[in-house]
Amino acid sequence: MVSAREARAGWLFVLPWVVGFLLLTAGPMLYSLGLSFTHYDLLRPARPAGLTNYREILQDERAAKALWNTVFFTLLHVPLLIVLALGLASLLRRAGRSAGFFRTVLFLPTMTPPVALAALFLLLLNGQNGAINAMLGWFGFTGPQWTTDPAWIKPGLVLMSLWTVGSTAVLYLAALTRVPGERYEAARLDGASPWRQFWHVTLPGISGTVYFTLIVNTIASLQVFTEAYTMFFGARPSTPAEGDAALFYVIYLFQEAFGSLRMGYASALAWVLFLVIAAITALQVRLSRDYVQYEDRS
Amino acid sequence: MSRCLVALLIMAVCAGCGGLGPSVADRPNTLVTTGFGLPDEHATARVGVFRARHPEVDLRVNEGVLDEQQFLSAVAAGDPPDLVYADRRKLGGYAARGAVQDLGPCLRRQHVDLNTFREAAVRQVTYAGTVYGVPDFFSVRVLILNNPVLREAGVDPAALSTTDWQRLAETTAKLARTENGKIARIGFDPRVPEFVALWARANGADLVGDEPHLDDPRVVEAVRYTTDLVRAQGGWASFKAFRDTFDSFGANNEFVTGQVAAMAMDSWYVNTIAANSPDADVTVVPFTDRQGAPLTEAGGQAWAIPQGARHPDLACEFIATMTAADTWATAAKARRDALAKKGKPYSGTFTANRAADEKIFSEVYDPRGIRVLEQGVRVVQSVQDKAFALPPNPAASDLVRSWESAVTRVLLGQQRPEESMAQAQREADRAITRVGGR
Repeated sequence: MVSAREARAGWLFVLPWVVGFLLLTAGPMLYSLGLSFTHYDLLRPARPAGLTNYREILQDERAAKALWNTVFFTLLHVPLLIVLALGLASLLRRAGRSAGFFRTVLFLPTMTPPVALAALFLLLLNGQNGAINAMLGWFGFTGPQWTTDPAWIKPGLVLMSLWTVGSTAVLYLAALTRVPGERYEAARLDGASPWRQFWHVTLPGISGTVYFTLIVNTIASLQVFTEAYTMFFGARPSTPAEGDAALFYVIYLFQEAFGSLRMGYASALAWVLFLVIAAITALQVRLSRDYVQYEDRS
Repeated sequence: MSRCLVALLIMAVCAGCGGLGPSVADRPNTLVTTGFGLPDEHATARVGVFRARHPEVDLRVNEGVLDEQQFLSAVAAGDPPDLVYADRRKLGGYAARGAVQDLGPCLRRQHVDLNTFREAAVRQVTYAGTVYGVPDFFSVRVLILNNPVLREAGVDPAALSTTDWQRLAETTAKLARTENGKIARIGFDPRVPEFVALWARANGADLVGDEPHLDDPRVVEAVRYTTDLVRAQGGWASFKAFRDTFDSFGANNEFVTGQVAAMAMDSWYVNTIAANSPDADVTVVPFTDRQGAPLTEAGGQAWAIPQGARHPDLACEFIATMTAADTWATAAKARRDALAKKGKPYSGTFTANRAADEKIFSEVYDPRGIRVLEQGVRVVQSVQDKAFALPPNPAASDLVRSWESAVTRVLLGQQRPEESMAQAQREADRAITRVGGR
């Protein structure tokens, strides 16, 4: 039982966060919800607009395109990231004494600032003389125009996004080390193949971590902005030379808010994204009940 | 324990409140600018002139490019800077929204005669008959030809022009080169979608007059022609990827390496070539319309005073000083001397103030026998007063996005020119309707 004195101390400790949340997150969110029902250009007073902004989103081809680009990116990025990170973590686990070195090497790219990363990948992915196409050329493949052909821009961005796989791999490595060794021993005694061990022992053992990374990376992917903006919108913020292939939802929201000064419409776009993310997360939470196992539930 | 925590909390709150009092910008004799940087002597020497005249003024130059959101939020919050330095195309939107002040009384008080400024630049800062800004730099658009590449292909540099579109397309095909299925040289780069207003004007149409004309058949024809030029040289994806490999600001730029035979470009690039590759054998010629008359499009920045600025009189004096002919000449000398120390030529400074340019090019200009400057600067000067500028529009950002997106769609083969420009026209109409309130 917590005493009143301890409770007060506890509240005092969390007070900075609570104040910060109310003033810097919840407050602006509620304000933007209000703005989404207005026409507002920063300089003139906001005018009530009812549901006009939300209706316009339903008819806005660029908003639909941006949403599709974002969903497409997420559907490619998240599964690839999880599979690659899991593969790397499994390899790391077998690395023995050199694991610390490889873990550091794997994690280092995560420290690269996103803008520097985008500039680097513009060079690596250049279809004319980029290193990635040069490597493909060694194997007899003619690489695509990753940065200028609309059909290849999103796959190129997914490729770039895997640069930061290290942080997820390190989480999986920690999870893998917590799977009790006796389970593998039992499985081996029952004649389970390595694949069946992975499927029936490893994966259930780390399902909590996989679930966490699935949710976190899905939310982050649906909010993708910095790298794509730097690569394709940095020089010409309104219309990149590659068309709308890299127009992600948050980039479109940013353009409407700060390029066209349509704060009401941009707020409505933000709330639609919030609802989309909330719906996807709710679905993931629902599905997790059947597939995610926690040690302390038993 | 809890007393200590409470005390710490109170201290933290008090420390945070320290910033809520009157700001430095509220003090008299303080000037705050936004959107203006101090990258070279053009900026530092001019600021130096103002500081020498007003040592009592605390001038705070917030360096970096203009952050539009920050600027407009500051105006909306009643806490604007005293001066804003912005692309002239943006001013119409600011004026329509009431974000910047009418400069008429200021200019009269400071005896600034806008007749000495270039007409196209003044047009860009005049919205609904009222002047909202004073033009600063002035750039135009010209053609830059790579002489050795042209001669090697049997093309006389003197004969290459944008007058005869059929002939230009044939010359482009002759100059362009591919190796192993990859572009090895661009024959002619029309610089679309950025220069589409220039190509449309060359074909007799303005993209925007009192209202947008993006689906005008002459605009559509210009879009079709320029995008076909790109398509014939390998298609937009390869063309753009190849262009991205250029070391445009280095000694091995696209003219030195022979990666480009000819292209339309902004006039400042002549200075860049001269500074980085003074031996580059290039010729600068005017862009021409289809009748052969020289034609160019103006660009550049302007100074304006935001609505609610705390020190408008001082700001006005600052603008008058920064854009005066004598100040520009002082800056030009400082720039020339700094470059001379590095053994580099001074290629002149193109301003929107005719009187300033006369002083600079008669008293300070130091081309040091570099041919690209001696020849190129003459051409740039010859077209400056022939420049046109699209009129300011409150929805300028949206309009530019509409037509550039439309041309990009055609470049990517996603739409036909007439279809894409019709869509652009609809988007532009909607943007203009919207800007009335939203």
